[in-house]
Amino acid sequence: MTDAYIVGVDMIKFGRFPDKTVPQIGAQAALMALDDCGLTIQDMQALYCGNLGQASGMVGQRMLQEIGQTGIPVVNVANACATGATAFREAWASVKAGLYDCVLAVGVEQMGKGLLGGAGAKVGIPKEGLLGSGTMPAVFAEAGMEHARKYGTTFEQFAKVSVKNHHHSTLNPKAMYQIETPLDEVMNAEMISYPNTKLMCSVNVDGSAAAVICSEKKAKELGLMNRAIKVRASVLASDPWQERDLVMPDVNSCTRKAAAEAYEMAGVGPDDINLIELHDCFATAEILHYENLGICKDGEAGRLIDDGEVALGGRIPVNVSGGLLSKGHPLGATGIANIYEVSTHLRGEAGGRQVEGAKIGLTHVIGLGSACAIHVLEKAG
Amino acid sequence: MSDKPLAAVEYLKIPNDGEPYLEGYKCGDCSATFLGERSVCSKCGARDQMSAVTLPNTGKLYSYSIVYRSFPGIEVPYVSAIVDLDDGTAIKGNLINVDPDPDSISFDMPVEVVYADALGRKDADGNAYLSYFFQPAATA
Ligand SMILES: [Zn+2]
Repeated sequence: MTDAYIVGVDMIKFGRFPDKTVPQIGAQAALMALDDCGLTIQDMQALYCGNLGQASGMVGQRMLQEIGQTGIPVVNVANACATGATAFREAWASVKAGLYDCVLAVGVEQMGKGLLGGAGAKVGIPKEGLLGSGTMPAVFAEAGMEHARKYGTTFEQFAKVSVKNHHHSTLNPKAMYQIETPLDEVMNAEMISYPNTKLMCSVNVDGSAAAVICSEKKAKELGLMNRAIKVRASVLASDPWQERDLVMPDVNSCTRKAAAEAYEMAGVGPDDINLIELHDCFATAEILHYENLGICKDGEAGRLIDDGEVALGGRIPVNVSGGLLSKGHPLGATGIANIYEVSTHLRGEAGGRQVEGAKIGLTHVIGLGSACAIHVLEKAG
Repeated sequence: MSDKPLAAVEYLKIPNDGEPYLEGYKCGDCSATFLGERSVCSKCGARDQMSAVTLPNTGKLYSYSIVYRSFPGIEVPYVSAIVDLDDGTAIKGNLINVDPDPDSISFDMPVEVVYADALGRKDADGNAYLSYFFQPAATA
């Protein structure tokens, strides 16, 4: 099988665009990714389009109506918070399989404000607040408290994740926010679901990101290897059975399974990774994934955040983009935005937040239900 | 409209005579237990090995969150709890009769299942519902 390369990748600055349609928001990133590699929509042989909010709305085709109806196959993808990464992976797989040699992957989302989670009842009575909480902040708080029961992880340690990621985002002009949030501010913010305060919950924003993926032969023919990023691993996993997973969505075993397979596919280990963009939908979640992705031993995640190992300048910077906590989390776009961030570092083009000398990076997203996607990326050459 | 309360969830059973109870289904092949009725085991894939079991009314607190922000009309704060029942079945619900404060809640604290009206919630037809809650177990 051929190797597959990202030759063009970009994202829009995340924000709130109530006056635009979902296809219009997606089209912006699509055109930016095409411009990044100097190609046009006529060069694309297929489109893989990730969107959750209008999953039945043919977003990919409507996006082509904005930027060029060339008649190519379009696959619309929905896979919870792994939607964008799944669209990217389908695009990658089509190139790996030799079906196409130049394809486009787009992730896009337009979000409302407010709480995400299971809401009203179709029959009977509403269960929220009666049988516990199905809101996302509570579900991820419970997952964090499982870590606390095992290892004594503290509210303060969870809060430090948010301090770090907000700090990182001050260096990222494409993040929703560029605001420092000191520890006391994070801990004293409105409590949403203990131990997650408002500043420890990801920001609901609109956004889009896109990538052009080529076969090795095609990338060389087009003279695009210079800034190309090799996809060394692309893995998607669903949640293997766990004893509590029907009442407590399990983000851990799903991530561990995907991580093991990704490291094997890439032929690298956690020690070879120079930066990570992982799924910090809540501050509690980021702590879990340090261990799930193997960048520290089980039980050491609290120490990792205390010692600054995961901050920019540390041993293995995590979420230097600002993460979902501050860059923002447009569900369907997040998985490709992560790939944009890591690719930008591998290209040495990340400006003030550049992870110096980054050679290999990893992206991770997880959608409850569950779907985990991990990509391992490396600068070509 | 029903003249007696309906069950808030399918796995809460209300016999005509006798006390309400929680029902699980246990796999005859691998012993995994699930809340509610099913015919295939999602742990081992065995078909038609499931049999109904009455779940115990005691267990231990596994994890929790104290919920301060919920959907409109939902009274906060409350404690959303994951409980391991004594037979190993995991179940989620509200932990009541405890201060919604981390200092008052400890992992593995013994809890008991209690059955009570579903916080006054009624369906579109005006039916009342019976639900289940967890509370700190009475110390002997
Ligand atoms: Zn079984």
